[in-house]
Amino acid sequence: MTDTRTPLVEMKNVSISFGGIHAVDNASVDLYPGEVVALLGHNGAGKSTLIKILSGAYKRDSGEILINGEPADINNPRDAKKYGIETIYQTLAVADNVDAAANLYLGRELRTPWGTLDDVAMEAKTREVMGRLNPNFQRFKEPVKALSGGQRQSVAIARAILFNARILIMDEPTAALGPQETAQVGELIKQLKKEGIGIFLISHDIHDVFDLADRVSVMKNGQVVGHARTEDVTKDEVLGMIILGKVPEKAIPGPGAMQTA
Amino acid sequence: MADITNTTHANRARSASENPVKRFFRATEIDTRLLGMVGAMLIIWIGFNILSGGLFLTPRNLWNLSVQTASVAVMATGMVLVIVTRNIDLSVGSILGFVGMIMGVLQAELLPQLLGFNHPATWIVTLLAGLLLGAGIGALHGAIIAFLNVPSFIVTLGGLLVWRGATWFVTSGRTVAPMDATFRLMGGGTEGSIGATASWIVGVVACIAIVATIVNSRKQRQRFGFPLRPMWAEYFLTAVGCALVLGAIAVVNSYPWPVAIARRYADANGIAWPEGGLFIPHGIAIPVLIAIVVGIVMTFISTRLRFGRYVFALGGNPEAAELAGIKTRWVTVKIFALMGMLCAIAAAISTARLNAATNAQGELDELYTIAAAVIGGTSLAGGMGTIAGAMLGALVMQSLQSGMVLVGIDTPFQRIVVGMVLVVAVWLDTVYRARAK
Repeated sequence: MTDTRTPLVEMKNVSISFGGIHAVDNASVDLYPGEVVALLGHNGAGKSTLIKILSGAYKRDSGEILINGEPADINNPRDAKKYGIETIYQTLAVADNVDAAANLYLGRELRTPWGTLDDVAMEAKTREVMGRLNPNFQRFKEPVKALSGGQRQSVAIARAILFNARILIMDEPTAALGPQETAQVGELIKQLKKEGIGIFLISHDIHDVFDLADRVSVMKNGQVVGHARTEDVTKDEVLGMIILGKVPEKAIPGPGAMQTA
Repeated sequence: MADITNTTHANRARSASENPVKRFFRATEIDTRLLGMVGAMLIIWIGFNILSGGLFLTPRNLWNLSVQTASVAVMATGMVLVIVTRNIDLSVGSILGFVGMIMGVLQAELLPQLLGFNHPATWIVTLLAGLLLGAGIGALHGAIIAFLNVPSFIVTLGGLLVWRGATWFVTSGRTVAPMDATFRLMGGGTEGSIGATASWIVGVVACIAIVATIVNSRKQRQRFGFPLRPMWAEYFLTAVGCALVLGAIAVVNSYPWPVAIARRYADANGIAWPEGGLFIPHGIAIPVLIAIVVGIVMTFISTRLRFGRYVFALGGNPEAAELAGIKTRWVTVKIFALMGMLCAIAAAISTARLNAATNAQGELDELYTIAAAVIGGTSLAGGMGTIAGAMLGALVMQSLQSGMVLVGIDTPFQRIVVGMVLVVAVWLDTVYRARAK
């Protein structure tokens, strides 16, 4: 990498296997402040698994994670949050039967001096954040289950940015959204980027993310095919990486690159 | 600010198009499901009253009903949290039996040797030991479920057999009696009731609490500019709440002590026996008071504390709760420990009421407790349920049973009816929920 700054996140030689299947095999990725890195690959390429290791949902078998150049000990989602890593999961991972405010603060509830839940304060803050993200959102009292896909997505995103995340992981953030909401998420990503937050965007659809990302990292069969700056490569070349594992000239090949004779 | 005005407009537009009934429920924010249960209960009450020739809706029967409900109602509050997290506890009846037996042995056989007979501290030592034991057993079940990943159905099915066996083992099947005099007050009866004056005081305090809650909630909403209930709805809720409380107090205060006991009391206190007999009201029975306090505390825990929030989040989506950083395993352990503690309270009520600890105490209670929670709207699919609903469910179950006894239906038919009612109630609930969606 030409960048001499310390990466915000560096995952080095990370591997994990489930029952003999190498879901992630010796993968390395990194992310700098204010940068958007798109993690691309087919379904089952290991993108989500790799990122779940970073967010604490899975424990890696080997390899290391550096945050700001220092080894980070991430064993569960709570640890990850301590490092300012917030994740928006593909499955949205919202608690269906509680309302938006409860979801935003789940695990980090505001409390009154008596130790009880400060629902009113949480709802007020939720109204503020949701008002910024999705001004049309009004269903604060209803369980999240009753909301539309886009509204649930707003809740998941609001939860991730509420606590001043430094590293944001978005797993298929626009999968459940219509065109207008997708554009909103795009705007949001640009805004967060300006604030110096590092963002991992995970997608199996290159069109969703190519314009937003500064760099792409491509995975195939659990291995990293290669990394490239989006300005150095074309969409077709990246597609070649995703489908064939063929690394274009200006990209940096990884362990999963197709062996060329 | 623009958003807020928009909402008010939208709300107004919505309420204008609604019929008056819907508007009433929206304004008062009454849970229609709970109201339906109250309606069902009233139908049961009035039905039995007619069938029994006016025996059901008497102060005496209603007072007895409240005492009989207390033990299962206490356990049902905990069962709500268990079922909300997609677990089940089949062992509550056996835990009740075992803890009751240990408390019985403690106060009838061990503590008198240590402290002397009828020592004033006997009851509290016994009760604390019981609570600790119950919490310990529950925590053990919870730990096996959470950390060893054994399904709760199996763990508590095992518990059902283990603790029933242990109950039997402790005294080789012998019934332990009598209980300590102070301990016995927890079971109700003429002694175990707080009398008219104290009951009115409780009622007035409850009314003040209702007013304070409503005023406080309005203030909080105002502070953050949330939509408010219309004033008439606030007054209506306050009036209904207070009327219910004071009405209930009036009922328990119009059930006098039996003549024989009143006469003995008069003799003992040198009161001349009047012509028409001495009218000494029972007032609220202590076990009922315990159950109400348990209900309030459990409601507080489940709605106002972080723990309660986690319970419901966990029940709705266990994976999301885990990813949000909740220590889901510990929550499970705590839920079962709490359940065990509630079994101990129920054990105290039931042994005190019987004035004995037997090895069959609490048999089938697990099923009544689960039924109460489920009739009270706790969803077996997890994530939904209220404490008040479960307690009301317990009251409905007990009303059915007492009513059938009054009407003179044979025991086999009683069980058949209760079983069918359970199935029908859950079916109706399913229909209601499907329509509500």
